[in-house]
Amino acid sequence: MKNLKKISKQKQRTYEGESDLNIENADMIICRCQEVTLKDIVQAIAEDATTVNEIKRRTRAGMGLCQGRSCSRLVRKILAEHTGQKFAKVIPGTFRPPVRPIALSTLASLEEDTDDKS
Amino acid sequence: MRKTEFAIVGAGPAGLSAAIEAARAGVKVVLADENQRPGGQLFKQIHKFFGSEAHHAGVRGIDIGTMLLQQVSQQKNVEIMLDSVVWGIFRANTSHTLGVIHNSKNIHLKARKVLLATGATENVLAFPGWTLAGVMGAGAIQTLVNVHRVLPGKRVLMVGSGNVGLIVSYQLLQAGAEVVAIVEALPKIGGYAVHAGKVARTGVPILTSTTVKEVHGKDKVEKAVLVQIDKNWQPLTGTERELEVDVVCLACGLSPLAELAWITGCKFTDVPELGGHVPIHNENMETTVPGIYVAGDLAGIEEASTAIEEGRLVGIAVAEALGYLAAGEAKDKKTEISSRAEQLREGPFGIARKQAKEQLICRSLSE
Repeated sequence: MKNLKKISKQKQRTYEGESDLNIENADMIICRCQEVTLKDIVQAIAEDATTVNEIKRRTRAGMGLCQGRSCSRLVRKILAEHTGQKFAKVIPGTFRPPVRPIALSTLASLEEDTDDKS
Repeated sequence: MRKTEFAIVGAGPAGLSAAIEAARAGVKVVLADENQRPGGQLFKQIHKFFGSEAHHAGVRGIDIGTMLLQQVSQQKNVEIMLDSVVWGIFRANTSHTLGVIHNSKNIHLKARKVLLATGATENVLAFPGWTLAGVMGAGAIQTLVNVHRVLPGKRVLMVGSGNVGLIVSYQLLQAGAEVVAIVEALPKIGGYAVHAGKVARTGVPILTSTTVKEVHGKDKVEKAVLVQIDKNWQPLTGTERELEVDVVCLACGLSPLAELAWITGCKFTDVPELGGHVPIHNENMETTVPGIYVAGDLAGIEEASTAIEEGRLVGIAVAEALGYLAAGEAKDKKTEISSRAEQLREGPFGIARKQAKEQLICRSLSE
């Protein structure tokens, strides 16, 4: 709770409303799979996102083909920088199977044979 | 549903070594890798390794890979599944089931013990223009140049002066590219002096306290703007300079590739010396989820030689846990392997990793 208060205090100091996102390189892409920009992410933080999962749900950063393998670390850095959290404390988003892009038809093609190798 | 005693994800130095040791003791092993050929990153490593003779010092990574493949091919108990993507891992009572795509078929592979040896992923650096064609990771460049023998461009800016940045710079020079400069954000060179010297003697400038401000180009990289930074990583206005380059190579470190490990629910801790969040593991490399082991870069970013030793340790530990090795015999082998791994964690670069590893194992006792 204490931590949250600290974060929102810092936020008030940094962001005076949504329209005032005057940041450098605002249009720089962070998540290239979903074309999410730095501005999108900072906006999400200004709207109270404090975790990678929250940013993912608001912006789709990390939901593309590579599942955040490139941008997750960048998003964690931006979060740490803009919320005052320690980088090490910002954990990656939740991982769920499938961890690689696979066709649903392949997923459904469960092998029938039961040649137990044990 | 297929069954095996020991399933390994990743056929790099750690996975292969674990398979060899476990199979020698009699364990039935299935080794899955998403690539078309086993060996992991070893086949990109055309340079000679350091260390003692026990660690193949003076031997090229590619030859160590060939040696491991020969050893594993002698083991009848090892089945290698290539072109096989492990997309998930599920726990069922005392065993674990992997979801594997092989030949466009979805296979469920049930195993009593699982080793995750999935390696690492490259860290990226974001600056305006970083998504332009021509900005690529050092690992990608090593694959292009050393495996496929294709040069990514003619004039390269290397970002990062760690061992990867230095070695890849030298390999680019050998392949005929020009390395225009190496930039390093820290005030001093990150890698071994022997590698830095080799590159510097060819006339490549290594610019410390410098980073990439932005990269320009229409459809691909044409120009990079460098800027000097102060102690607090703030750019110093007026120090910008432009370089005409067609490739910007990012060698900014690696992070453990841990998706499958996170899915198992094992506990993690952040260890900057080991590349970030790593699964907490005990001296047998077993995580906080019984039956799930880790080795190699996933257990902390180190080198191929340490990955080999960690993999062997897991092979012995799994053979012991499955009843193929008596406790005394296993203990002797593990002591021998651990002492060799210790030797690899010496010197100014190794000592921090050694302490980090020791703390990791201490943490596992309290979990």
